[in-house]
Amino acid sequence: MGVGNTGGKISDVVDDTRERLSSPSSQEIFALLIVLGIVVLLLDLVRRLVMGEMAVGRLWRYTWNGLVDSLYIALAAIGLSMTYSILRFANFSHGDLVTTGAFSGWAVAWLIGGWGAYSVGELVLFSPTAAGPTGGGLGMDVLASPVAILVGLVMAALMTIAVALAIDRLVYRRMRDAGGIALLIASVGVALALRYIIGVFWTVESHSATASAPIITDVPAWFPVERINLHELTLVVTAVGLIVGLHLLLQYTKLGKAMRAMADNKDLALITGIPTERVIFATWTIGAGLAGVAGYLIVLDRGQFSINIGWFLLLLIFAAVILGGIGSIYGALVGSLVIGLTINVSLVWIPADLNEIAAFTLMILILIVKPDGLLGGVETA
Amino acid sequence: MSGADPEGDPGTDTADVPGEDDEESAMIRPKWGSDLFLIAKVVLATYALFFVVGVLSGAGVNATVGTIQSITFWAALFALGALALNLHWGYTGMFNIGIAGFMAIGAYTMSIAIASPDGTPAGFGLPIPIGILLGTIAAGIAGLVLVIPTLRVRADYFAIVTLGFSEIVRLSVQSRSLRQIGDTGYGTGGGQGIRATPVDSVVPWLFDQPIVGDVGGVILAAGEAVGIASSVTMRGMYTFILILFVVAFYVLLTRIAYSPFGRVLKAIREDELAAKSLGKRTDRAKIAAFAVGCALMGLVGTLWMGSRTHISPDHFMPLITFYVFVALIVGGAGSNTGSVIGGFAFAAFIFEGPRFVRTMVRANLGADFPRTAYGAFAEFGAGDPTALIGYVLYQQADEVRYIILGVVLIVLMIKRPDGLLGHRKEISAGVDLSRQGTVADGGRPAGGRTDASSPANGADETAAKDGGDRDE
Repeated sequence: MGVGNTGGKISDVVDDTRERLSSPSSQEIFALLIVLGIVVLLLDLVRRLVMGEMAVGRLWRYTWNGLVDSLYIALAAIGLSMTYSILRFANFSHGDLVTTGAFSGWAVAWLIGGWGAYSVGELVLFSPTAAGPTGGGLGMDVLASPVAILVGLVMAALMTIAVALAIDRLVYRRMRDAGGIALLIASVGVALALRYIIGVFWTVESHSATASAPIITDVPAWFPVERINLHELTLVVTAVGLIVGLHLLLQYTKLGKAMRAMADNKDLALITGIPTERVIFATWTIGAGLAGVAGYLIVLDRGQFSINIGWFLLLLIFAAVILGGIGSIYGALVGSLVIGLTINVSLVWIPADLNEIAAFTLMILILIVKPDGLLGGVETA
Repeated sequence: MSGADPEGDPGTDTADVPGEDDEESAMIRPKWGSDLFLIAKVVLATYALFFVVGVLSGAGVNATVGTIQSITFWAALFALGALALNLHWGYTGMFNIGIAGFMAIGAYTMSIAIASPDGTPAGFGLPIPIGILLGTIAAGIAGLVLVIPTLRVRADYFAIVTLGFSEIVRLSVQSRSLRQIGDTGYGTGGGQGIRATPVDSVVPWLFDQPIVGDVGGVILAAGEAVGIASSVTMRGMYTFILILFVVAFYVLLTRIAYSPFGRVLKAIREDELAAKSLGKRTDRAKIAAFAVGCALMGLVGTLWMGSRTHISPDHFMPLITFYVFVALIVGGAGSNTGSVIGGFAFAAFIFEGPRFVRTMVRANLGADFPRTAYGAFAEFGAGDPTALIGYVLYQQADEVRYIILGVVLIVLMIKRPDGLLGHRKEISAGVDLSRQGTVADGGRPAGGRTDASSPANGADETAAKDGGDRDE
């Protein structure tokens, strides 16, 4: 229903609805089936809880993990959504910006944590020799070395931004007028080159960067959890803070307005005198900064990482962006929430090595049924 | 080949000068002769280059010949993939980046069909040709199932859907829950994959066949007399069979491209709405083209895995898709000859090139290089520059390959988005529209089915280009 229809008579709406119900398109039938499937699953979930087949604690754990996952997916998805709406292409190298953030941020954190005790090379390359430092040995947790972790976080953002801007200047700026598919292919090239340039330095092996996370066990009784993982908490607080900050930036500054205008209609924005190159600069800065932070925080949460961390995450990020409707960052947030919950709550029914399949299938179904995403394609930048 | 028209060849070599071929028929036809010549030129030049560089650099004749052989094997494989993809991306404009998934479906179907019933996981013990056929059909059906609901999604969404699909396939076969389905004993083998018993691996089977076996036996004996190990000869024979498949793919796809159906596909690529307005059933054409392309990709998967005795999910990472894509883009989407040349150039310079450099480095500098960047820089700092070179070119040869792959993609997209032969993109019209006079004496309607029996000769490169531009 458009705005113009608000004054329409109720009978019109009823007729319209009846007409649509009597001859549903294949898409609508498809959508109905999906909704039906979700309802059945929810009913089954309730049944399992009531019958005692599944403990409430387990569901709560899945939900919490889903929320945590959705936060770092959201940080990455916002950037992808912004570049999608303002530069108009699906950026397949976004996952490798996440990787860049993880490696650069933790290299700096290690450098600060182990300064003087070890050589620079050993620290930056995450202990390439067997005798080198370890994350535990350097005390890489938020309580033992908060300064190193914080500086690492900031540097992850800054260095990812620097890399993204350099790539934009080298590659994408030369292709401003190219079609979406040409840019997409180029971004695949960027993804491969960037990932394996990192690989030349850090090898393709997996690294372990952090000490084991400090855990608070004496939580107040009214709290729903018995123990708090401080690294997870850091992730949640940082991510939520950044998302709120971004919301304020987009809604209440001139830059935000310009970005929304450009996402809406690039030519009109140009005519209106919006400095498009500066908006593109801001897009990369925000998008890459958030992606870098996401990579850094994932490592803080998981401990282990390799150069494939971002690539493996990329399809999930795409799923989130598509689900929310490409171009809308609030949609990307909703999409991330759905994807994060899907990959965790689906564990109730399916084995752990099939959960990403569930997320990808959901993504494909949404693309088929509602290509505009769940929020109906409102491009709010 | 049966479709070749010998009359068309003589004129084509000089046809670069516009206007010189006015005598020729105006029908847009494939140029078998000059294209074959072009492919042969590229292949021989590359072989010569590798041979000379290999021998001069001291890598040794054996290593060089080995490299050339594996270049040929991979070239055939990537050419097959690129040809199949050309039907999707080059002709129809469907941006499929799920190639690895379709290859996996083909290869896994074949492996399950032919694996011995006593193995773990068990197979059905079917004959190998039936396995290959089943693999091809399964991939085609998978393509059909995927494309029907996704026909109308935008090109970039379609890309994401196909990539998601290929990951779904890979994660499914990797999953522990499908390792053995139920109590049947059949399954995908999970992360371990399926190991073919000697009975059901393809190459020995080939040698059991009447004609191939006899010829193969003679070649094997001859090879051993000269001092070539039988395994090398067998690999060479398998490569030769792949090349036969390349020829078959090439003929099939060129036939398709120059048929009325192929013209509908090209029309869809140029402007789907216009094609639809002219009464063409674009949806049907797209579905058919996609399914056929996917079936061919499945066939490529079975042929690839036929050279091995083990199949596992790791063989079907999305990188494989991008290998094929780069092969196609290097050659130029929209040209079958370009696909073959692209597959070859990709295999030689991007896929095997870094490994060849690695062989040369080992021959000249040894293999004793630091294993980490830390060690490399430490020795470099201590005044040993070979440590750094060796680390990058020897220890990290695979990473270097991927970096080159990425850079080539970027440079191609910026400098030559149409690829090396992309300017030959075949146009959708049945007759050459670029010159008024020739259309008249061509005399055949664009939509007619006159050329099904003799799709050959004509249309030089400039004409194809002009026509393509003017069409838009």
